[in-house]
Amino acid sequence: MFKRILLAGVAATLMASSASSETLKFAFQGALKSLDPYTLNETFTLGTLGNVYEGLVRRGPDLDIQPALATSWEVVEPTRWRFHLRKGVKFHNGNDFTADDVVFSATRVRSDGSDLLTRIGKDVKVVKVDDHTVDFVLTGVNPILHFEWATWAIMDKEWTEANNATKVSDASSKEENHAAFNANGTGPFTIQSHDVGIKTVFQKNDAWWDTPQHNLDTVEFTPVGSDATRVAALLSGDLDMVYPVPVQDLKRVDNNADTRALTGPELRTIFLGMDQIRDELIYSNIKGKNPFKDLRVRQAVYHAINIEAIKEKVMRGLSTPSALMISPKLFSESDGFERLAYDVDKAKGLMADAGYGDGFEVGMDCPNDRYVNDEAICQAVASMLAKVGIKINLNAQPKSKYFAKVLKSGGYDTSFYLLGWTPGSLDSWNVLSNLHGCRDLEGNGAPFNLGGSCSKDIDALSAKILGENDQDVRNALIKEAYTISTNEVHYVPLHQQGLAWGVNNNIELKQRADNVFMFYYVNKK
Amino acid sequence: MITFVLHRLWQAIVVMAVVALLAFTMFRFVGDPVNQMVGIETTPEQREIIRESLGLNDAVIVQFWSFIKGAVQFEFGISYQWKKSVSDMIFSRLPATMELSLVSAVFSLIIAIPMGVYTGLNRNSVLSKFFLSISLIGVSLPTFLIGILLIYLFAVQLHMLPSFGRGEIVDVGGWTTGFLTVSGWKSLILPAFTLGLFQMTLIMRLVRSEMLEVLRTDYIKFARARGLPSRIVNFGHALKNTLIPVITITGLQLGSLIAFAIITETVFQWPGMGFLFVEAVRDVDIPIMSAYLLLIAFLFVTINLVVDILYFVVDPRLRVSGKE
Repeated sequence: MFKRILLAGVAATLMASSASSETLKFAFQGALKSLDPYTLNETFTLGTLGNVYEGLVRRGPDLDIQPALATSWEVVEPTRWRFHLRKGVKFHNGNDFTADDVVFSATRVRSDGSDLLTRIGKDVKVVKVDDHTVDFVLTGVNPILHFEWATWAIMDKEWTEANNATKVSDASSKEENHAAFNANGTGPFTIQSHDVGIKTVFQKNDAWWDTPQHNLDTVEFTPVGSDATRVAALLSGDLDMVYPVPVQDLKRVDNNADTRALTGPELRTIFLGMDQIRDELIYSNIKGKNPFKDLRVRQAVYHAINIEAIKEKVMRGLSTPSALMISPKLFSESDGFERLAYDVDKAKGLMADAGYGDGFEVGMDCPNDRYVNDEAICQAVASMLAKVGIKINLNAQPKSKYFAKVLKSGGYDTSFYLLGWTPGSLDSWNVLSNLHGCRDLEGNGAPFNLGGSCSKDIDALSAKILGENDQDVRNALIKEAYTISTNEVHYVPLHQQGLAWGVNNNIELKQRADNVFMFYYVNKK
Repeated sequence: MITFVLHRLWQAIVVMAVVALLAFTMFRFVGDPVNQMVGIETTPEQREIIRESLGLNDAVIVQFWSFIKGAVQFEFGISYQWKKSVSDMIFSRLPATMELSLVSAVFSLIIAIPMGVYTGLNRNSVLSKFFLSISLIGVSLPTFLIGILLIYLFAVQLHMLPSFGRGEIVDVGGWTTGFLTVSGWKSLILPAFTLGLFQMTLIMRLVRSEMLEVLRTDYIKFARARGLPSRIVNFGHALKNTLIPVITITGLQLGSLIAFAIITETVFQWPGMGFLFVEAVRDVDIPIMSAYLLLIAFLFVTINLVVDILYFVVDPRLRVSGKE
């Protein structure tokens, strides 16, 4: 009897494995938090949902903007953009995709509870011209209007309304929201099942409007939080693809016969910031004045950083030292910038000139579970700064505590910190307005300029950049702004951390620099 | 007996209330939930609106009161992270943890009691010494390390067992079980062993020392003098009398198995409650954390109660004094 059950079981397993020949199994370190595409403005959630939902535009393998649900667009007047919608597109439930869905999605993405308010300005009017034409009427010129629209998913008006999901799902409501657990997009994959936090199964959408380049039938996603387990699951063949692979395990993945590591520079820039707004640092032994207000001290900090050592020892080679606050992939004229050289003697000299020849102490805030080897980077920085007389009291903490402390809600409670930033629009204006704009002590102004550095010139430039349509003029303005930031050492950029994907050799895929994994480039042998 | 049970129930309620209060006070220090619910580019104003709408700006006592009001009705609200009803989430994760804990408890008892009896009876044999050294490893190695070692050996090197997860599960009337599929059982082996190892060594050592104690007593000597076969002496008389502490420890350990399955579940990506809790702590998902802590407190209290009642069954002396 037992034997028979066992045999049946084996047979079932064999059948299952032969039927699943075109199943891709992959894991990420975090979970797919919600299927509602407007709930969380986070790369993994939006990127993965990008296989199910689509925007008017999409980003190609090299992050170039391609037509998606819109076939073309033109700027009919400087403040009026016209989008021509693709005809014959159907949502997964069979409903037709029309201009009404675009207008509806534009309203929903700007409603209360949406985390994607930056996608369309709240004063932009969205006007249906006919069933397949939509106009966006702006209040000012905006050359990057559609830059973030690859992750602005178009939802089906009828489906969303029929399921009472017009409101974006949020935790303060007492009811569960249908759209948080079900999806109805136009994309190449549908959601077959979504077991919250455990497993999500995607299935090929045969009715997709574009020609599939992949050969998958099913995709199974499991979040695997433990680094060691994730790597083991790849090595043992239980999973076809995992990311991220911890940098110390990349060699193991590469040396294993069946797997390989895919690496490359990511878009996120890791940098150091200094409190330059308070008259006295909160965490320092220097009273009555703020050493970071002195340009020479900031330069000394910069000169003291041995970025190559951080790259080799901490990041195991998997980082790209950066002279700018934006990835060189996102700004064409980044070649003209160079890091301040690593020079301990010069740094000491600058410290002495500034009147801190005997050095000073300062507290540093650092997350320990947010970026690749974040705490180790901070420790390295602390030991490097010690050599020029700056004694760091390191406060490394989980991101839940770190962000509560350093952001506006915590009162910018930091003197010296490490942070990472990827501009969601993949454009410099985001970096300039969020990280470089002036703010007052309460945080009115650029909210994420945690150190409060300020240059009226950068503010003026960034206003001009926002309204400039000519690409060359715009780039020149951006370059000017970055030059000021670099000369005045608003920040000390460190590096772009690396992408680290582990892939089974039977998988072909395209690795995007924004760390988004698109199933429709995957081919399984 | 009834007064005893009632008394215990009253104590249980007090314990639960204290746990709730402690848990709630703790949440003030774990970080800011709102920052974990939004992307980095979300403006401070937008974050403030969310904070207000979740009631996080209310006085602690107001928040505690609304929490207690909900908890009494088993209503813990919507998870900050998952936007899903917390009671639903916890109950959907309950089967995974229960099956894991139960299997590892049974496994550890089945292995540990015979090993304990054997090492108690044959103190100087080579096998006994081997068992004892093995048990030393079980007590001293941390769970996550054992888990990772097992994964490395059986999944990565030998390709015998899956490295993570629960395998294929079957839904039986709302209870998801892995007991009905081959892959379910295969997935259960490594985590159950990892989780049960500590418990196994503990019980083995306990049975051994109790056996040594009991074997020295007069009634055992008398039984032997009567010429009873050693099987009856060892198992009928000696082992039975060692069981009181074993039941206590097993009971309490069952609670710990469920509560401390957290680490095993994290290593093996086992979709149970403990894993849910770890994620909730990382993301400051207060509704899940508070519900889980209350549930665990409830479990411990219940298990203690059951153990106390079991004493009545096993120990005739208690029954006698209970009647008086």
